[in-house]
Amino acid sequence: MSDAAAGNGSYNFAYLDEQTKRMIRRAILKAVAIPGYQVPFASREMPLPYGWGTGGIQVTASIIGQGDTLKVIDQGADDTTNAVSIRHFFERTAGVATTEQTAAASIIQTRHRIPEAPLHDNQIIVYQVPIPEPLRWIEPREAETRKMHALAEYGPMYVRLYEDIAQFGQVTTAYDYPVVVNGRYLMRPSPIPKFDNPKMDMNPALQLFGAGREKRIYAVPPYTSVKSLDFADHPFTVERWAQCCAICGADDSFLDEVITDDQGGCMFVCSDTDYCRSRQTAQAAE
Amino acid sequence: MYVAVKGGEKAIEAAHRLLAETRRGDPGVPELALAQIEGQLALAVDRVMAEGSVYDRELAALAIKQARGDLIEAIFLLRAYRTTLPRLAASEPIDTGKAHLRRRISATFKDVPGGQILGPTFDYTHRLLDFALAAESGAAMAAAPPTPADSGPMPRVSTLLGDQGLIEPNPTEPVEPGDLTRDPLAFPADRALRLQNLARGDEGFLLSLGYSTQRGYGRNHPFAGEIRIGDVEIEVVPPELGFPVVIGEITITECEMVNQFKGSATAPPQFTRGYGLVFGEGERKAMAMALVDRALRAEELGEEVTAPAQDQEFVLYHSDNVEASGFTQHLKLPHYVDFQAELNLIRRMRAEWTEPQAEAAE
Repeated sequence: MSDAAAGNGSYNFAYLDEQTKRMIRRAILKAVAIPGYQVPFASREMPLPYGWGTGGIQVTASIIGQGDTLKVIDQGADDTTNAVSIRHFFERTAGVATTEQTAAASIIQTRHRIPEAPLHDNQIIVYQVPIPEPLRWIEPREAETRKMHALAEYGPMYVRLYEDIAQFGQVTTAYDYPVVVNGRYLMRPSPIPKFDNPKMDMNPALQLFGAGREKRIYAVPPYTSVKSLDFADHPFTVERWAQCCAICGADDSFLDEVITDDQGGCMFVCSDTDYCRSRQTAQAAE
Repeated sequence: MYVAVKGGEKAIEAAHRLLAETRRGDPGVPELALAQIEGQLALAVDRVMAEGSVYDRELAALAIKQARGDLIEAIFLLRAYRTTLPRLAASEPIDTGKAHLRRRISATFKDVPGGQILGPTFDYTHRLLDFALAAESGAAMAAAPPTPADSGPMPRVSTLLGDQGLIEPNPTEPVEPGDLTRDPLAFPADRALRLQNLARGDEGFLLSLGYSTQRGYGRNHPFAGEIRIGDVEIEVVPPELGFPVVIGEITITECEMVNQFKGSATAPPQFTRGYGLVFGEGERKAMAMALVDRALRAEELGEEVTAPAQDQEFVLYHSDNVEASGFTQHLKLPHYVDFQAELNLIRRMRAEWTEPQAEAAE
């Protein structure tokens, strides 16, 4: 156990005991072997509340080693309260190095975003997942949805998308947009904006998904196809902004709208704080 | 301008300091000792032990103190502690028939062998605020009645019915119970696993569900066959010894509901059972648990599943207050990326909606 953790009493490296990590690693291996399939695992009660990323934290705790460098983001930013809290948790229990730079991290735990900078094959991205079941709003019963997955019975999801198009002329799902992994399993990408969906496809990094409260782990192995559901005459598209980032001028990143006054004034800035900062640094150097 | 998303680190630190100060309250008022919480808020301690799934009065009292009296937060603290503890051994099944009882009542018979014992109950108090308690002096306290001599083991009411074949027998096959904290819940869940889930479940949730069965949503005609509160010994069999050794004593509350059953093609008309058991004194929870346990047996007894309380997935997935509290409250975490995506979508949809209207007006 590291000295950093010793100060907190008798907790193991990265909080979880080794037996638990082993159980979670087995679930991860199974998840990698069956891309997009939700593997049930014996999720533990963590010292952070359910909904705060207990699944992602358990996955990270099970794969992290002393040589790893961890980056934690929430809404794309390293400095949002929950990202800070989770990063502190690992600094405290594992004493590992942390970073805010996407390129410098070996493990990136994220909530709601995929970094703008491309990931590499020596990186693992861990998603925090609130509801892992893509069919949940169509069928509330787990016993049923498992059957639907077994039979690849995904028609109802297409019907739902079709109904959106028939009613609104477009699919009205803006985030957590359903994907098919490796041509087989329907998967929820976690509540990332659909803007990020194309980044999952054939990504060199290993993508792991942890849902603590729902006790499921799933994975997209490196270089695996991830296809957002669409129709031939209504292809999948991502949103674009009329504005650029007010700070770094990026026109290719996901922008957050920051309200600046009560007169309707607002500005648009990169949601990915590291991307924005590295662009500013590059511009300053020029 | 950009501070909206910056400064999380300092803000968290300041919030923690503020919390510590608020928790302590007025420093002119003496600080609560754990012994005071244990002794004088004993039912709060019992609830935290029951739903926190750890029988440890002192830790529960500490959790209540740390949580500023928020019992669900205290339960969460205790659970997060419990999860790291090694599982050293599983105890032998407790025999509540041998419990040393301080309360035992049956609503189905006027008198039962062993007698009815009211014990320290709120049941027949008039709920008038006792202003004498506000004076914080022990002077007004009447002397407690002498503790009756331990009447020894008392037969269970359900055993009396069972001797006449009027109630379904309890399962006699010893089943190795699952462990919800070590295996994810899968459906259909057997009764042992369901009871485990209910024992950890939120009292308020079970109370409302149990109540709903009484109001017709999965009615099962219950009678409180017996409610007992008492102390039982916990035994384990260390493998190197091979015989049971008593490692301690715990207080439990047990409720056996006796429910009507019309019979089916395979079973004669007889009474059926609903069972509730909780750590400490928790009569309301034990009774609600027994009602919900019986409701969840609907399928097994060939009854139609129509009500929420009879639906395994509905009940078992939503009973845990640590899960429910976390997921409900996670809505206060930032969601502005998803909200931005929704904003973009709704603006586009509004524009498309307005265009044809504007064209029509021209």
